[in-house]
Amino acid sequence: MSMAGEENRAEVRKRSETGTLLDARGLTKRFGDILANDLVDLAINKGEIHALLGENGAGKSTLVKMFYGSLEPDAGAINWQGERVTITSPAVARSLGIGMVFQHFSLFEALTVVENIALALEGAGDMKALAQRIEDVSTEYGLPLDPNAVVADLPVGIRQRIEIVRCLLQEPRLIIMDEPTSVLTPQEADKLFLTLQRLASEGCAVLYISHRLEEVQRICHHATILRHGKVVRECDPSKETPASLARMMVGTEVMGVSLGAHQASGGAVRLGISNLSAKPGTPFATELRSINLGVRAGEVIAIAGVAGNGQGELFDAISGEMPVGRDMIRLDDEACGHRGVNWRRRKNAAFVPEERLGHGAVPGMKLSENIVLTRHGTGDGLASGGFVSTAKAGEMEQRIKAKYDVRMSHDDPEARSLSGGNLQKFVVGRELDRKPGVLVVNQPTWGVDAGAAALIRQALIDLARSGSAVLVISQDLDEIFEIADRIAVISRGYLSEPEDARKMTRERIGLLMAGGAETTAGAA
Amino acid sequence: MFEAVLLTVITAATPLLIAAIGELVVERSGVLNLGVEGMMIMGAVVGFAVANQTGSGTLGVVAAIIAGMAMSALFGFLVLVLVTNQVASGLSLTILGLGLSGMIGEAFIGVPGLRLPELYIPVLSEIPFIGPVFFQQDAVVYLGFALVFAVSYVLFKTRAGLVLRAVGDNHTSAHALGYSVVRVRFLAILFGGACAGLAGAYMSLAYTPQWVENMTAGRGWIALALVVFASWLPFRVVAGAYLFGAVTVLTFHAQAQGLGIPSQFLSSLPYLATIAVLVLISANRRLTLVNTPACLGKPFVPDR
Repeated sequence: MSMAGEENRAEVRKRSETGTLLDARGLTKRFGDILANDLVDLAINKGEIHALLGENGAGKSTLVKMFYGSLEPDAGAINWQGERVTITSPAVARSLGIGMVFQHFSLFEALTVVENIALALEGAGDMKALAQRIEDVSTEYGLPLDPNAVVADLPVGIRQRIEIVRCLLQEPRLIIMDEPTSVLTPQEADKLFLTLQRLASEGCAVLYISHRLEEVQRICHHATILRHGKVVRECDPSKETPASLARMMVGTEVMGVSLGAHQASGGAVRLGISNLSAKPGTPFATELRSINLGVRAGEVIAIAGVAGNGQGELFDAISGEMPVGRDMIRLDDEACGHRGVNWRRRKNAAFVPEERLGHGAVPGMKLSENIVLTRHGTGDGLASGGFVSTAKAGEMEQRIKAKYDVRMSHDDPEARSLSGGNLQKFVVGRELDRKPGVLVVNQPTWGVDAGAAALIRQALIDLARSGSAVLVISQDLDEIFEIADRIAVISRGYLSEPEDARKMTRERIGLLMAGGAETTAGAA
Repeated sequence: MFEAVLLTVITAATPLLIAAIGELVVERSGVLNLGVEGMMIMGAVVGFAVANQTGSGTLGVVAAIIAGMAMSALFGFLVLVLVTNQVASGLSLTILGLGLSGMIGEAFIGVPGLRLPELYIPVLSEIPFIGPVFFQQDAVVYLGFALVFAVSYVLFKTRAGLVLRAVGDNHTSAHALGYSVVRVRFLAILFGGACAGLAGAYMSLAYTPQWVENMTAGRGWIALALVVFASWLPFRVVAGAYLFGAVTVLTFHAQAQGLGIPSQFLSSLPYLATIAVLVLISANRRLTLVNTPACLGKPFVPDR
């Protein structure tokens, strides 16, 4: 804390004027051998937007779960408005005035908006009156909601709105938000910031968890940084830079990504998508509407878009999990829309789906077995005559582990025992290891810490520069600008014409996300 | 003649209806109890035995309900507390019920039974045609209808029903909001057991007032299928149960008329017709998916 200096002390003085709302002292939580939170001190003032920063696994979620009553601390005390409290359940937290907006939504898909909200409010008897209140409060805060819509029919941005309005109706003194902007367009995020600033001005405190350091700088009054379960720094984010914040989180300098020579044209089209249309397979899926795209050798194309706009369906069509018309997908100029995943893998294409556990890897199988699952037909001699070579699979596991820095407690563990970031390094590494000619990745660094993300991004760029075509589907605009040569935007199943990343702006992407993609798609 | 046919349709449909409405509540809470057949047959034998020993049909019905609940409590303990596999536990519950009922019922084979008295609803029962069909039935038939309305009301209009549906849709979120998933599910399982027991009692005290081993003859399985095909909606269960009852009765009459259709085909007709019609009405996939409890059959273990 010696670095904090004069300025930081002045900041602390300024903060304390409003009075402390929540004061946690020495919170400790242990899961087995891992000390998830180690003597954490955290004070939140009234009317303050307080950022909680840290890499994955730094203990942020554990900490806020203790505030919200989903977990009980092993040691330490929580004082709420000066009084010692024990938060034994979420109901207790809510009665104190602590609300939470979850990262993975805690909504009930089969229920309506008003039913979802009623479940979180004690004694909300009259549904009609509640529906009216929802309409009033949501319009007042600029987050309009239709109380009678069924959640399953709503896009993610609206779902988050439901969670926020649900929080607001409980008249909270403190709102905990876990990565709220990861599912929003830049414009929607701006709206959210206005709502948060208004709440803060009304005296409600916000504990804000985010990986996006720019927005933390923009709206947060104070930041607490966790590393390996301990508080390492407190600071005023407006006096820091994103790079200095990242440094505090990681503890060392974060490796930058070097783009290498820019490639936008010239190479042959290795992955061609033409007039790809597909009816949704389930009522909750998105229809793909005449998508056209050509990914050339040597370039990285990134597809931006808010979750649930057809990314998963597009990925399934390219990977072969969803068969489409024969000529809609071409790999190295061979029509293969009707072919299966393995056929496409043999054609030197590789795919990394969004959900790493359960889709990208079988949770209960060892890493070497998971290697066999995607690599059995790609000429590595893993399977011949119906037999699997465990020795070769083991060798590949060692190689991928070393090259992509996959950390594990013992050799060749089950996929489920790896942390999210490590498993992601493994599933991406498994495909990169064969130097595919075409690589399609959905959310390459979702929930991965800064160091690992930089490693994965650099590997994707290096693969492209070696002559492969790389298609990245991502919701993270920072990532997209870091790695893409060209950027396209997907919105309601339409894909915009890819544009040169150097000329693309966040505002333009936001407009395309909000429906502009549909009009430019027609021109393609 | 037509009146008589309708009367038999109602008696054939009632046990299915009651068992299915109970299972519907269980499945709405996210639990799949394949033990309906076993709970029904236990209800049938215990109901018959108690009515036979005490001479009271009412006591028989009450005992059958308790028997069904006891069976379901065992199931609930297994799948909720010990978190055993729901499919395997349900199947063993059925096997247990079939075996146990055969043992208990051995002394009652061939013993003349007791039939539940018919209740004549004043005034209404005197309406020609409608009266005898709908208002001169025994208490269980009325109860069956009351159950459908009550279950539908509770599920969709009350907070308790909302919590039940929430638990079935997403048990993790329900737990995060502070609802006791295990308690809600245990109560739902008990209700399902009570309904199955009642349905069994109706078999041995009204439908065919005697005890025959294995007398439920797969009706528990039909009830299970009805719930799925009815997209977990109470009034569709009524439609399915009555359709099944109607076709069953019609095939009896067709056989009596001697139309020369193979009897095996005729006895399979109720199943075919019910499946066909329910597949048709559940063709709206969106409605079906929204009503399918997303957590159906999934074990719940809280993360602390």
